[in-house]
Amino acid sequence: MTASQVISHIDDFPPNTRKVVEVNGRSVVVFRVEDEFYALLNRCPHEGAELCKGRLGGLVVSSEPGEYDMTQENQFLRCPWHGWEFDIKTGQSYCDPRKTRTPRYDVAVKSGGALQEGPYKAEPIKVSLDDLYVVVHC
Amino acid sequence: MTLTLDSAAPAASTPAKLATVDCDLHPTPRSPNDLLPFLSQRWQSHLRDYGSHIRQGISGQEIHPRMDGRGMRLDAFPETGPAGSDLGLMQRQHLDANDIGAGTLIALGTSVSDERNLDYGAALARAVNQWQLAAWVEPDPRLHAGIIVTQEDPAAAVAEIDYWAADPRFSHIMLSPKPIEPLGRRRYWPIYEAACRAGLPVVFHPVIPGGGHPSSGIGWPTFYIQDHYTSGPLYQNIAMSMVFEGVFEKFPELKVVFVEGGFTWVPHMTWRFDRQWERMRSEVPHVKKKPSEYLRQNTWFTTQPMEECRTPGQLREIIEWIGFDRVLYSSDYPHWDYDDPKYAFKLRLSDEERQMIFSGNARRAYRL
Repeated sequence: MTASQVISHIDDFPPNTRKVVEVNGRSVVVFRVEDEFYALLNRCPHEGAELCKGRLGGLVVSSEPGEYDMTQENQFLRCPWHGWEFDIKTGQSYCDPRKTRTPRYDVAVKSGGALQEGPYKAEPIKVSLDDLYVVVHC
Repeated sequence: MTLTLDSAAPAASTPAKLATVDCDLHPTPRSPNDLLPFLSQRWQSHLRDYGSHIRQGISGQEIHPRMDGRGMRLDAFPETGPAGSDLGLMQRQHLDANDIGAGTLIALGTSVSDERNLDYGAALARAVNQWQLAAWVEPDPRLHAGIIVTQEDPAAAVAEIDYWAADPRFSHIMLSPKPIEPLGRRRYWPIYEAACRAGLPVVFHPVIPGGGHPSSGIGWPTFYIQDHYTSGPLYQNIAMSMVFEGVFEKFPELKVVFVEGGFTWVPHMTWRFDRQWERMRSEVPHVKKKPSEYLRQNTWFTTQPMEECRTPGQLREIIEWIGFDRVLYSSDYPHWDYDDPKYAFKLRLSDEERQMIFSGNARRAYRL
């Protein structure tokens, strides 16, 4: 059973921050990277560390020894324990993309008016019609 | 049929014995000043005016790069002070959360084995040992201290071991895996003799400085990814030295624990040792038994960082070769490569095997 939950007024979720929220009984970490939002289960599939404590960064790629390029900045979350890297868009592991992924969830920004129509759980956030809210579907 | 709880049943009467034993926990001083109350005025003024010889260790500057800069779990830093300096956080994140019944302390940043000033080293060893009791073991009796010694001054090391030998708050003796000479050499035998007298195991852990030797036998590695591998080869060299110098023949009661170096390499090593011994034993007539017999009798290996074989079956086969009685669970809290006892073992264990690895083996190897 999925649920859609209003987790924040957009003004309370500044760019390049993260929030940990409880949605549908799960601990979910939501990232705002500039104006994009991403949500992952707050639990590393390897040994269970809380992913919200990990660093967000890019991938350093190399065409040959001595050549380095920083790519996909702020798209990879590194587990705070063993450093497993996950693509925050897909939840896919960089080290083991075939077998290891952490569940990802849809995040949307919706107006208070739009939220009036659907079955959204907003408590304890007060929703007013004209404002924008961050919603996680989980 | 109705089952009733019998108070005489082992599970009900000895729950503490079944709780997990963790053989690698790292306590860290909040600052070097934490040790001052345990140093005499003479050595406090030495520390103030001259400082320690050692310039590295987990609480200070590292001798080699580490994961995440300091080699720590990113979620293990208390509000103030370094990771591993807050007992409350260690209890919440690990000891209580994972039902750890006993934990053995390895005080890395305070190692004195490389201290050139031997008298200061002896004073510092005593101070670190007292600090472990006051800051960790007294507030949480699940924790057991490891006797820190001045390894390059065996007479002082023996005196320190003898001083604490009867104190049940100590479960083991910490030694550097890289002292000036290989560990089988006779200059270190008085330490092994004292360990046997005390009934305590000697425990090796990587990183503890000593001797000035690089972590790899061919020189310092460039990257941490290389350095992190070097513990296994290091322990093979220690086992080789101790077996063929005759340490286990001389001290058949000696217990040795190799912490944080893996264990999947042990079968390869023992097969080779045995084969060499069968062919060349005339060179070492003092080695009376097969090397594998000594290793099976005298040595243990901790699990973290957990060997992640391609399949669970491979892991089972390797542990069967080594012996389920030789393997000890360890977490390495609060380091980055920490192993959670709930998830680290990607292998289905029988109740008996689980009891051995997570509790029983450690209770035989250590004084717990």
